[in-house]
Amino acid sequence: MLKDVTIGQFYPTGSIIHKLDPRTKILLTTAFVVILFFINNLWGYLAAFLLLGVIILMSKIPVGYILRGIKGLVLIILLTVILNLFMTPGAVIASFGPVNITLEGVKIAVFMALRLIFLVIGTSIMTLTTAPIDLTDGMEWCMKFIPFVRRFAHELAMMMSIALRFIPTLMEETDRIMKAQKARGANFETGNIISRAKNLIPILVPLFISAFRRADELATAMEARCYRGGENRTRMKQLIFARRDVVAFVVMFLMIAGFLATTIINIPLLFPL
Amino acid sequence: MTMETEKKMIEVQNVRFVYPHNNEEENVIALDGVDFHINKGEFVGIIGHNGSGKSTLAKLFNAIIFPTQGDVWVNGFNTKDQEHLWDIRQTAGMVFQNPDNQLVATIVEDDVAFGPENLGVPPLEIRTRVDQALAIVEMQAYAHQKPHQLSGGQKQRIAIAGILAMEPECIIFDEPTAMLDPSGRREVMTTIRKLNQDKNMTVIHITHYMSEIIGADRIIVLDKGKIVMEGTPETIFKNVQALKKIGLDVPPMTELAYELRNEGINIRDNILSIDEMVEALCQ
Amino acid sequence: MPVEIKNLTHIYSQGSPFEFQALDDINITIEDGSFIGIIGHTGSGKSTLIQHLNGLLNPTSGTVIVDGMDIFAQKKSELIQLRHRIGLVFQYPEHQLFEETVHKDVAFGPKNQGLTEEEVDDRVRNSIKMVGLDYDEVKDKSPFELSGGQMRRVAIAGVLAMEPSVLILDEPTAGLDPRGRDEILAQIKTMHQKNKNTVILVSHSMEDIGKLVEKILVMNEGKIVYFDTPNRVFTEIETLEKIGLAVPEVTYLMRRLKKKYPEIREDIFTVEAAKNEILRVIRG
Repeated sequence: MLKDVTIGQFYPTGSIIHKLDPRTKILLTTAFVVILFFINNLWGYLAAFLLLGVIILMSKIPVGYILRGIKGLVLIILLTVILNLFMTPGAVIASFGPVNITLEGVKIAVFMALRLIFLVIGTSIMTLTTAPIDLTDGMEWCMKFIPFVRRFAHELAMMMSIALRFIPTLMEETDRIMKAQKARGANFETGNIISRAKNLIPILVPLFISAFRRADELATAMEARCYRGGENRTRMKQLIFARRDVVAFVVMFLMIAGFLATTIINIPLLFPL
Repeated sequence: MTMETEKKMIEVQNVRFVYPHNNEEENVIALDGVDFHINKGEFVGIIGHNGSGKSTLAKLFNAIIFPTQGDVWVNGFNTKDQEHLWDIRQTAGMVFQNPDNQLVATIVEDDVAFGPENLGVPPLEIRTRVDQALAIVEMQAYAHQKPHQLSGGQKQRIAIAGILAMEPECIIFDEPTAMLDPSGRREVMTTIRKLNQDKNMTVIHITHYMSEIIGADRIIVLDKGKIVMEGTPETIFKNVQALKKIGLDVPPMTELAYELRNEGINIRDNILSIDEMVEALCQ
Repeated sequence: MPVEIKNLTHIYSQGSPFEFQALDDINITIEDGSFIGIIGHTGSGKSTLIQHLNGLLNPTSGTVIVDGMDIFAQKKSELIQLRHRIGLVFQYPEHQLFEETVHKDVAFGPKNQGLTEEEVDDRVRNSIKMVGLDYDEVKDKSPFELSGGQMRRVAIAGVLAMEPSVLILDEPTAGLDPRGRDEILAQIKTMHQKNKNTVILVSHSMEDIGKLVEKILVMNEGKIVYFDTPNRVFTEIETLEKIGLAVPEVTYLMRRLKKKYPEIREDIFTVEAAKNEILRVIRG
């Protein structure tokens, strides 16, 4: 189950997509996602499909690996499709007892499914090609342009980066505590939901205590290393836009222009509207 | 500032430290009338059983906590002086016991850069400092690794590099080897000795392993918040009975010398190393 | 309850780029009632090995036979029963404490065994005494208000309370001060002598192991290097050093003294024994 979720995982291949500045990727992905929700014809989806295809090829990440990300979301996609299929009023093309399938329903269902799939693939590409810590740095930079959030940009980024640092440590810790309680005869495998939930207490309590102890010690260590928030702080690694980023932005503008063209001109395809 | 204070890295003046408790009668007196100083370039070992006040003392050096009574001076700055807080922490770096809970970043070199970044050092200079610090602890090859993939000894060396990059004059080690295996301990001790001998760094080393401080310039023994002994390793360790009584070890060779003397063998009572023992027994 | 380890191999993340062989065809038999020490540097396979002994890890191949029973051929419920008889104290066991009171925490294991309330109470009382704590003084305290050393003891008591026939301890003295270390080791020794159970002690300290155990298992890169008495193992200084281990200082001393006193014994690893041996050769 968990291993199927590819969002948030990093898959290093050293491709040109990987080398793009994280800020470029964040901005492009955001633009892509926004556009995705305004596309209202198949030409648009076709263009989005081609764009994703090219980027995936350039990223050198196995297509199967990216598609695994959709597997985890199959339920949500199916639910959306079914809801749209049966709940949209319009010209009835088939009926099963009290429920009707309409032409508009089919169209919206297909669009919604494509939208979700493209959304997942698009964001997966960003996370798969960007090391989490670079992503954090990129987000910190981007947050500086959002009013209100700006004030917390450094703190949020620091929190994210510490979380990234400690996730593996806490995973190991969970494993160790679980084994230690199993060795004391704890049983996590059988029983009903309530008893299973109760059985988690011997894991959760030590885990929380340990997390708090770690947080406390880390805070002391950070203070001892002169940490005092984001003010006057410098960074060793500076984010620098390169030529490839300029190219990427050109692609983004073409993407936006193309989208505007298809929605305004509205070239009819399968579903004239 | 007189000549006298310029030589002193750290000065602890009649310090008392109390951990307050809701119920005043249960207040814990961690340190009581502690008074000593540490000279620049010295290697001082601090020993004492758990709860003797060692770690409290370490935190006082770094202005993480402040004395209830008395004063702590670091490089001429009183730790209570908020204005010089960052000078103090930059001058007297600190390495803690748990290797996992002091590394902040997800990549080794970013972690080493954390301190200088906090101090607002320009990016290019941070780069130089990070590379130099990693070279000193011999971890350049791991610059791009993730901390959780390293061994305990390697993590501690990264923690040391993180302090070195702040260019301190003194490093306080609060049981840095307690959670390490013997090879990790060796790595860390080699690094610490190198810093003291080659870089002339002042080192305060708190430990339970007596073998780590055999070569120290001076040893301070704490018990129940008070200094009970102070002197060179030779003068400290020969008090085998007294040290054992307060729950501490003595180096095995010192203990053996003590046992042999009790049996009437005429050898020195201040033997610390195998070499010395061999020499004493083979005259 | 003899423990027989047969052709045990364990490979982590097999088939991935992170593949790592932690155990390589291990074959040993641990006799009933023996006191064994396991030594080896980090990553030598010690922890992986002991986690197979009560079925917390499944082997890639090979098996462990406890009391004539192949533990990996058992049903889940029977494996859980078996875990009651093989106690495993993890490194830093105080990190597993979770209950409101010391009594409740120590009672967790025996309760899982399905004992009656009186039996559980008895076990808790006994095991807390066994680790050198005052039962009446600590039973109602929160484990988290105790000192580090006391928490460690409570955690060990939590495993002892299950009265395992085989007790495995993974570095029970890590991070303790010298007094705490000596006390815990002494209690383990007393308990072994009294209960006659099998004890397996994993440690980094050659000194500690040398003082306590009957046989030492030396591991390196997932293989057994030695499985022999301390006297024999500690004289193999060169091999031990090659795999990143060191013998106690007194053993090095004896070797050095051999030049002057050729008749001096080398299989010495405690200060006490060194004193006697030196007195013997000097006084003639």
